[in-house]
Amino acid sequence: MKRLVWLALVPALVVLGRAATELPPLGDPEATAAVYLSPHYIERGPDETGARNMVTGILADYRSFDTLGETVVVVAAGLACLMLAARRTGGDPDAG
Amino acid sequence: MKPSFGSPVLDATIRILTPFLLLFAAYVAIHGHTSPGGGFQAGAILGAGLILIRLVRGHDAGWGLSRRAALNLACSGALVYAFVGLLSLAFGHAAFDYSALPLPVVGGTRRALGSLAVELAVLVTVTGVMVLIFESLTHAEE
Repeated sequence: MKRLVWLALVPALVVLGRAATELPPLGDPEATAAVYLSPHYIERGPDETGARNMVTGILADYRSFDTLGETVVVVAAGLACLMLAARRTGGDPDAG
Repeated sequence: MKPSFGSPVLDATIRILTPFLLLFAAYVAIHGHTSPGGGFQAGAILGAGLILIRLVRGHDAGWGLSRRAALNLACSGALVYAFVGLLSLAFGHAAFDYSALPLPVVGGTRRALGSLAVELAVLVTVTGVMVLIFESLTHAEE
């Protein structure tokens, strides 16, 4: 089982490491997203989303699916804590 | 949980502090559309308020969330978020397109209300998870 994990992990790390070198540099004005997406968000965002705070507009409207994922991650963290604490005492996580 | 830290000074402090914490959490959640803040931050403040009461008063607090209730809140918040996001599919729009929601307002306001709904769902989730983690850790000490 452990060997299987390594077999999956090492190729994944190699692929991700290769992909990371292809990313545009931070703050690059010629990056694909900075050419058409950012200007659209900045110019039309407040009107389209009704949120004067641009961060909220992007977080809760344009990138809502991503925020759903973040919420599920938070829930998963809480469940992990619950199960770890229940396991430490041998208690039933369902009780109380 | 071990006996609480109760002392007159702490008691008086949380009595004064808690209403402001709850109000500030609501302010951060609702005002997030025009100023920095939102569901995650408001949930952290609200959760901190609930944990503060439990820390000082222990089980004598009289109110607060049990571990079970916190777990239910955390999970239902995420479910409400997914439901609101997928609701627009039923009206023939893309998922998470809040302009499709059947609200008696138009355009940007409709999307703002949709975002507010999901921000409140995030608030419920984060509050539930914070209290859940606290209750899990203190429950283990009993």
